[in-house]
Amino acid sequence: MKDVRILHGELSPGNAMTAFSAAHPEAGGIVSFVGKVRPDRDVEELELKHYAPLTLKGMEDLADATLARWPLEGVLLHHRTGAMRPGDPIVLVAAAARHRRDAFEAADFAMDHLKSDAWFWKREKRAGEWHWIDPRAEDHADLRRWGK
Amino acid sequence: MAVKLVFLGKLADLAGAPEKDVAGPLDWHGLVAALPGPLGDALKSEKVKLAVNGTILADKIALAAADGDEVALLPPVSGG
Repeated sequence: MKDVRILHGELSPGNAMTAFSAAHPEAGGIVSFVGKVRPDRDVEELELKHYAPLTLKGMEDLADATLARWPLEGVLLHHRTGAMRPGDPIVLVAAAARHRRDAFEAADFAMDHLKSDAWFWKREKRAGEWHWIDPRAEDHADLRRWGK
Repeated sequence: MAVKLVFLGKLADLAGAPEKDVAGPLDWHGLVAALPGPLGDALKSEKVKLAVNGTILADKIALAAADGDEVALLPPVSGG
């Protein structure tokens, strides 16, 4: 079962994980990852844009690919869009499985793909000016771990 | 009715607006003609993809949009 959402408001990892855990009583373990707006350099604000016809569909396809690759009870992908500040949670990925190894690997796989493949455009405000963020080579290198 | 162009990421800055309506039908040459300057140059970059009504075109030169269609110009994603 997949739980895929684009959030226009606040992301509350604690509440989402409580609900995800309750939805998967058969799971022997759940691995979760919370990505936050990194407080570095002089970033005052971060804004994520998405394109509704592509972004949610792409995330649902990723959830399906994750479910097809590991024996999971469920997978959760929640991603924020809009304006955020350093320290704010921006993404939550979770995988519930009978056995922990599957959950660890599935969450890692889903996060690597979200970081490089998902349809989001990001800009940062530094010293009052907005700058678009280009893709990072490291993110694409991370994808190759999974045979892409 | 018209073809709605949607500009994502930095392309919206180059366009000066997130959207623009152009007369349909619209093919690749019509799109290039409708977007002169830096935006047109960006459009020709192989890194910029096109989607029509939410479906990515494998070959953007094959664009064939009619009135009522939405054509999105997609620069490389920054990642989530």
